[in-house]
Amino acid sequence: MIVADPQTRLAMFGDMVRVRRFEERCAELYTETKIRGFLHLYIGEEAVAVGVLHHLGPDDAVVGTYREHGHALVRGVPANSIMAEMFGRYEGCSRGRGGSMHLFDAATRFYGGNAIVGGGLPLAVGLALADKMQGRSNVTACFFGEGAMAEGEFHESMNLAALWDLPVLFVCENNLYAMGTALERSESVTDMALKAAGYAMPSWAVDGMDLDAVWDAAGHAVQAIRAGGGPQFLEMRTYRFRAHSMFDPERYRDKAEVTGWKERDPIETMRERLAAGGVLDDEAMTSIESAATAEVDEAVAFADAGTLEPVEQLTRWVTSEPEEAQP
Amino acid sequence: MTDDGQVTYREAMRAALGDALREDDRVFLMGEDVGMYGGTFAVTLGLIEEFGPERVRDAPLSESGFVGAGIGAALGGMRPVVEVMTVNFALLALDQIVNTAASLLHMSGGQFNVPIVIRMTTGAGRQLAAQHSHSFEGWFAHIPGIRVLAPATVEDARWMLGPALDDPDPVIIVEHGTLYGAKGDPGTGPVDIDRAAIRRPGSDLTLITYGGTLPTTMAAADRLAEEGIDAEVVDLRTLRPLDDATFCESVARTHRAVVIDEGWRSGSLAAEISARITEQIFYELDAPVGRVCSAEVPMPYAAHLEAAATPTVEGIVAASKQVVGRDG
Repeated sequence: MIVADPQTRLAMFGDMVRVRRFEERCAELYTETKIRGFLHLYIGEEAVAVGVLHHLGPDDAVVGTYREHGHALVRGVPANSIMAEMFGRYEGCSRGRGGSMHLFDAATRFYGGNAIVGGGLPLAVGLALADKMQGRSNVTACFFGEGAMAEGEFHESMNLAALWDLPVLFVCENNLYAMGTALERSESVTDMALKAAGYAMPSWAVDGMDLDAVWDAAGHAVQAIRAGGGPQFLEMRTYRFRAHSMFDPERYRDKAEVTGWKERDPIETMRERLAAGGVLDDEAMTSIESAATAEVDEAVAFADAGTLEPVEQLTRWVTSEPEEAQP
Repeated sequence: MTDDGQVTYREAMRAALGDALREDDRVFLMGEDVGMYGGTFAVTLGLIEEFGPERVRDAPLSESGFVGAGIGAALGGMRPVVEVMTVNFALLALDQIVNTAASLLHMSGGQFNVPIVIRMTTGAGRQLAAQHSHSFEGWFAHIPGIRVLAPATVEDARWMLGPALDDPDPVIIVEHGTLYGAKGDPGTGPVDIDRAAIRRPGSDLTLITYGGTLPTTMAAADRLAEEGIDAEVVDLRTLRPLDDATFCESVARTHRAVVIDEGWRSGSLAAEISARITEQIFYELDAPVGRVCSAEVPMPYAAHLEAAATPTVEGIVAASKQVVGRDG
């Protein structure tokens, strides 16, 4: 296994902490009714977004799911604009039109925020097709849950990407539950990497709770895509520590199972490993924590101070308004 | 092209696609059988020879996948023209069209527009039964965020694609299957996709229609003329957004209207047009707005039943006589 240099490992560790603190605050804000709608937290799965996205450059594209706060943050979408979006503010990254499930950001080529399970996969195929047809060497990273693998669009997208040899990195975040339906109750083949291999696509199963393992696997896959190896598939075996959404009473899994996975917390695992290796000392840890807290505090203040778009503007952006300056 | 300058609707569409491919490197065609086969309706015949398999791209039978890929390619800077064989099959891509293409601009707060053109055939008349013959364009016309074009003439078939590709937002083009062989003057373009067209002026009533039922409606207008009823025919051309101004202005002059729509009556485009006339110029009306729609059955195969299920000249004549008070 190739391990990142200490600086990169520290930066990635810091990103996992940022995502965790951001989302913990989101849960509180939801309880305070500052955030409404559906809120799907990524807590427990941070290593996946962090380990994959650290291999991408600014010209690459990212397609996320509805559980995408972590992807957006790590991709570089400002925390302020993400939080403002969740508050329904005009200063939000989608101008308050999207909310938690529909974060979008053109500046970082972040294409959602897609809440139709599986719906983002064809989009990723098309972004990669555009890159290939225009001779660009970009990669499109497409995140989706294992629930999406039961959808027809998964099959269609895998087939198209492999058939046309497109530069897509498919990242299945297998957290074992499609909402409340366990993997073995929804899929005839529960080995997702094996399923992907059926499309003549190089595929690997990865321990999604281990940041170093994710980074290593994603590195190989991205390198293979950039070298013209066509689409690659990573099954990230991970787990969400929280319920599916804030509405979920979580009757479908027992506490012992959740506790067992929490013992494999990717942040704790990495913290101990970095500390043992002398990469992370107490001072650095304090600095990472306080930076994350400050970033989240600022985001909340920014969102709180944000404005509500005048209702007169309700029908904006149904169709393009080319002459109108983007706000 | 024949000696008199006439071409078929199919040839007009093909010429438009050829122009688009020639003029803009970002344009490419993608769909089922568009390449090697030459298009199910022979619209794209020969284009693969000129432009190659990258730009005239055969897609597997995966409507949601390749329509979605077209949306992604549009986001990535291309100008895809995606062909779905029939509007029935487009239902397999309905999620991508509605939940992504039509919603993305709004959902992203104006950041991501989707300049895709999606072509499909629609309509009955070829004994293809229920899974190849329906008219779902009214469903697409229901959706904010997309434009729906229904070229009914050879000239519109020739010249609507250009402005459709210039539109920064998703455009659906529905081509009625019975029109491909129709001949006409292709004109010299351009055409205005924002405006309905008056295809025949008249003073006694207004017949409002679009696409495949335009020829039927024109024939009905001829029949009515023989009986001394002077019908104006309005071709909607664009089903979303509707050009209310043109058809309301016409009805305000004739004071009577019949809407002809191959969709089913319940919840139809005809219902919407009728409602708009009532809302906007009720006091100009001398009779209730009439409607001639398809019978509310899945389309039958048997020719006589299919004909009975869809708008006919006789049906339009009868409805017209009723609104002008000559039904006895």
